[in-house]
Amino acid sequence: MAHHHDHDHDNELDPMTARVRALETILTEKGLVDPAAIDAIVDTYEHKVGPRNGARVVARAWSDRQYADWLKQDATAAIASLGFTGRQGEHMQAVFNTPETHNLVVCTLCSCYPWSVLGLPPVWYKSPPYRSRAVIDPRGVLAEFNVVLPQSTRIRVWDSTAELRYLVIPMRPANTEGLSEEALADLVTRDSMIGAGLALAPGAA
Amino acid sequence: MSLPDFDPRGQGAIDPPTFQEPWQAQAFAMVVALHERGLFSWADWAEALSTRLAQPDFRHDAGNYYECWLDALETLMTRKGIADPDHIGTLAAAWQRAAKATPHGKPILLENDPDRN
Repeated sequence: MAHHHDHDHDNELDPMTARVRALETILTEKGLVDPAAIDAIVDTYEHKVGPRNGARVVARAWSDRQYADWLKQDATAAIASLGFTGRQGEHMQAVFNTPETHNLVVCTLCSCYPWSVLGLPPVWYKSPPYRSRAVIDPRGVLAEFNVVLPQSTRIRVWDSTAELRYLVIPMRPANTEGLSEEALADLVTRDSMIGAGLALAPGAA
Repeated sequence: MSLPDFDPRGQGAIDPPTFQEPWQAQAFAMVVALHERGLFSWADWAEALSTRLAQPDFRHDAGNYYECWLDALETLMTRKGIADPDHIGTLAAAWQRAAKATPHGKPILLENDPDRN
């Protein structure tokens, strides 16, 4: 067979694409995957799930004391009640930031993350430096995200697993009385729900 | 100051697309689909992925995350006797030959591999 002679009008499959096609061919022939189902999953994670889901959970918790209590006791059910359910059978735990305790989420072993409420993780969440340093030096990591907390605030780090994922409920910003849930949700960033950020002040959103 | 290679800036601003290339999305979705079909538990998958990510060639900027993801999936499929690396390699080469043999603008089909018998 010919060796490389690249013409830009030739069809070339890069090695990774070819490997994925090869595996997909095998799995399709064995009836284990359906290409249409693959496309639907891609569409879901590219377009349908993302941090806006989590922001709605947080805004509801800020607005509704009973909901916040439910979220504290049974986050899986309270989150599912808004239509967000995990597909990996994972349980959710909501961890609430307070003036005394700030929560930060990591997955030290791989990249477990609450997909149903935050979508897929940002690249830095998957990076080895974050995964190791979040545990060893959470205050230093937070500083890199421009989050500086009072020394008196304790930082609690939560290590996600395949079975249990965490959603940080950031503190409600000041001067937000009377805002609608929708307006409150706009103040909730992705990073604030990982613990790597704070909710935005009104007017900054 | 040993700042890590990860770049924490750009939070809340413009996020990069979920997947950088279509093959990454396909590899991702295959794992979700196979799990939903009951081929493995999510704990099994997390174990396979974390084993791969613990190798020293996983980059500090996580730039080869989906390469590792695909490796982990191939390993898991091999362990389950569903696929084996030689077969995957052979088929991947066939796909590349098929692509080369396909006129530009036409869909690439495995049947277009000139060495197919």
